[in-house]
Amino acid sequence: MTVLSVRNLNIDLPSGDGHVHAARDVSFDVEAEELFGIAGESGSGKSVLSQAIMGLLPGAIISGEILFEGRNLLDLPPREMQRLRGNRIAMISQDPLSGLHPFYTVGAQITEAIRTHRKVSEAEALQEAVDILGRVGIHDPDKRVHDYPHQFSGGMRQRVMIAMAIVLRPALLIADEPTTALDVTVQAQIISLLNQMRRELGTAIIMVTHDLELLSSIADHAMVMYAGNRMELGPGEAVLTAPAHPYTLGLLRSSPNHESRGALPSIPGQPPSLLIEQKACAFAPRCAAAMDICHKERPPLRNFADGTRSLCWLEDKASNTAAALPAIPEEPPAVAQSSDIVVKVSDVRLTYGGRSLFGKSINLDVLKGVSLELPRGKTLGIVGESGCGKSTLARIIAGLLPPTSGDVTIEGQSVLGLERHDWVEMRKRVQMVFQDPFGSLNPRRRVGSIIGDPFRIQKVAHGAARKNKVRELMEIVGLNPEHYNRFPSEFSGGQRQRIGIARALALNPSIIIFDEPVSALDVSIQAQILNLIARLQRELGLSYLFISHDLAVVRHVSSEILVMKAGQVVERGETEALYHHPQHPYTRELLAAADPHYRKSGGGLADPQSSGATP
Amino acid sequence: MIRFIASRIGFAALVLVMLSGFVFTLFFVAPGDPARIVAGERATEAQVAQVRENLGLDRPIIEQYFSFVGRSLSGDLGYSYRNQQPVLELIKNRMPATISLCVGAVVLWLLMGIPIGIMSARRPGSLVDRLGQGFVLIGVSFPSFVLGMAALYFLYFVPRQAGFTLFPPGGFRPFLPNPGLWAWHLMLPWFTLALTSAAIYARLTRGQLLEVLGEDYIRTARAKGLSERKVVYKHGVRSIFSPLTTQLGADIAALLGGALVTEQVFGLQGIGSLAVQSVQTQDRPVIIGVVMLAGFFIVIANLIVDFLYILLDPRIRT
Repeated sequence: MTVLSVRNLNIDLPSGDGHVHAARDVSFDVEAEELFGIAGESGSGKSVLSQAIMGLLPGAIISGEILFEGRNLLDLPPREMQRLRGNRIAMISQDPLSGLHPFYTVGAQITEAIRTHRKVSEAEALQEAVDILGRVGIHDPDKRVHDYPHQFSGGMRQRVMIAMAIVLRPALLIADEPTTALDVTVQAQIISLLNQMRRELGTAIIMVTHDLELLSSIADHAMVMYAGNRMELGPGEAVLTAPAHPYTLGLLRSSPNHESRGALPSIPGQPPSLLIEQKACAFAPRCAAAMDICHKERPPLRNFADGTRSLCWLEDKASNTAAALPAIPEEPPAVAQSSDIVVKVSDVRLTYGGRSLFGKSINLDVLKGVSLELPRGKTLGIVGESGCGKSTLARIIAGLLPPTSGDVTIEGQSVLGLERHDWVEMRKRVQMVFQDPFGSLNPRRRVGSIIGDPFRIQKVAHGAARKNKVRELMEIVGLNPEHYNRFPSEFSGGQRQRIGIARALALNPSIIIFDEPVSALDVSIQAQILNLIARLQRELGLSYLFISHDLAVVRHVSSEILVMKAGQVVERGETEALYHHPQHPYTRELLAAADPHYRKSGGGLADPQSSGATP
Repeated sequence: MIRFIASRIGFAALVLVMLSGFVFTLFFVAPGDPARIVAGERATEAQVAQVRENLGLDRPIIEQYFSFVGRSLSGDLGYSYRNQQPVLELIKNRMPATISLCVGAVVLWLLMGIPIGIMSARRPGSLVDRLGQGFVLIGVSFPSFVLGMAALYFLYFVPRQAGFTLFPPGGFRPFLPNPGLWAWHLMLPWFTLALTSAAIYARLTRGQLLEVLGEDYIRTARAKGLSERKVVYKHGVRSIFSPLTTQLGADIAALLGGALVTEQVFGLQGIGSLAVQSVQTQDRPVIIGVVMLAGFFIVIANLIVDFLYILLDPRIRT
């Protein structure tokens, strides 16, 4: 039975700069009990689509049809729509930290949902809330129902969100990036919970995500969106194994999950602006297989035997078309072996002490004795979930934070207790690239002066000489030197991360510490940045510390990996050895959670206990 | 939790002790000889010395301070240099007018500002919002003495010339036995004191609520199928109480300054006018008494704000 049928949906969002064409001619059907996946990068229109179904897009100009249980939602009066929301169509938002109201208990929030749609007493509603919390894996639900959201961990909060969404047994559940804000081991638990719930309750689930691999491995049908267009739609397995559209193929190829080492086949360029009306194929400017006609006319819909449909001028599936394969950059030459240790961290500990508000003295051990060595010209990956202390370690190595005990030496010199002058000198050798390309650049300063800052501070170059050096750097990291005078807001996320890298490179450092450099970027952009990072290492002989929660990324770039948990190193080893023969149970858990096929089977680690209680 | 409350109260007491020491020292080092002022212009040196001794001003400052603190604790704030009335009694006589003015003004500005802010935030850019923004602009642009004068002119003087009394020009009537008369006399002072703050609260409410309405949990509330009314009031407005409380704590502290001007304009015999008179006449016991009283109320107001915080935000509570 078809629960939801979207027909030729167009969504325009009025904005100050004109209409944003967020969706163009999108159609799909969702059957009962089905898990329907929508994948796409940021700005592809996938979240707008889900909000349009919920009727939560005031002011949007929507045409087409959204048929839900036979009724067109677009024609429903607001009151009717309100009656459906939460009752027949429910939603789970991306971030369980902000998705629950901080001032009401979870019980109050769940009973509110129940009592909005059903005439039951407060006591009955509370009993239902307790039952549903138990079903989604909250221990002691009768006690915890009276707790506030901040007393739950991230994974637990997402369970509460799911409980609230399914308590009225909706026919359709829209999960908008339900696991993106969660740690990888918790992600697996949430996915398997959703899977279990749809089978038990017969709820159809639309799952919106940027993680195509995850999606295709669990979804019955997957839809790939790009710039508001439905590029490809088909059975999940088919989309993953034999993508029909060059964009899907490019996405899959550019995510570092594959066995491929070395440079990633990235998709060049950036997604188009949605303000401009598209007349041809939206992907044509970035497509390796683009033909003349692709730039001139809207592509036709191709139907393939396995049920896949693709919006493309190619007559065959992209995976069968040689031209569609993104060019793989040449393999890097082997890096010269060296036993020279550039960074040595010995038994670094960090304890935050102090008095709490209530006068109790509290000690928080952030790092409990971490040691590591980084050989010259190599990359050491540091993996761990949020709160394991990996970013703190990075700050200590960079000398930005003094450890409680232990020592850090860079090229033989301790970074601790440096005089002002030596500290400035040290900055020439160690640089950092930060996670958030939006937050780590001053929005009121021009790119040229941001990149040129190190020269100014270190008094290395002045005036025209500095300007030339900055232009050189921009060229090295693949930015147009003409954009010297622009502000960070005029650049995309990937370009901003290039700016961050250029700034780090300015003083010819020997060591760069990358703290989650690609986790805020889309897959196709992430591949570009990873390739850049690898190229710079080859060409400049840099040594990297690469910190990430994403095992696939760390595996791709690192020669050696350190696994951290709760402030300690639980395992370290050569990348391939660690991946194929993990010794520590936590490493195995991380690996299993990052493997989509493992997730599909529901996994053996869906024990909610392991995600912990209150953080 | 109990320790937290106890520590806040202890801190409040410490603030008052420090304030008393500071004020006392300030007047000791200030120029001017109170003994001479009290004795009068034609007094002889011997008379001045006699007065000095009577007032205890010849003793060391530390001794004076401790005897002051000791007496204050038993409710004796000393006697006015001017007319030898007990300071406590002077203040007591002036309290009803000031408290009526301040409490009424706070209630009025909250009742005006918050609803205007909410209406603006619910439909940003609409006519209602633009009217609200206009109110904010007018409110913050007029100093209270101008407002007071304008109110007197348009609401007392003009109707008076037309032959009837819309509002009285000022003066204070006690709450009992006739609350109606009390409120009627205070209406203009209340509006004068409240309008600027009402505008500020409208702006604050609008800004905070707009931010909150963009939060994920508001979308969750909508996704539950709640009515827009419930979404805005139960989920949205609930979240802005904390910042409003913070602002209110700071504003109550600053309220006495505004009350002073308003009392002058409307001829209310309150604490504000008492403070002005005592400063003009260098009446130190009265000044110290008024400052301590103001300090006491500010500390209490902030204590209440702290406790409100705990009540409002479960994240602090648990």
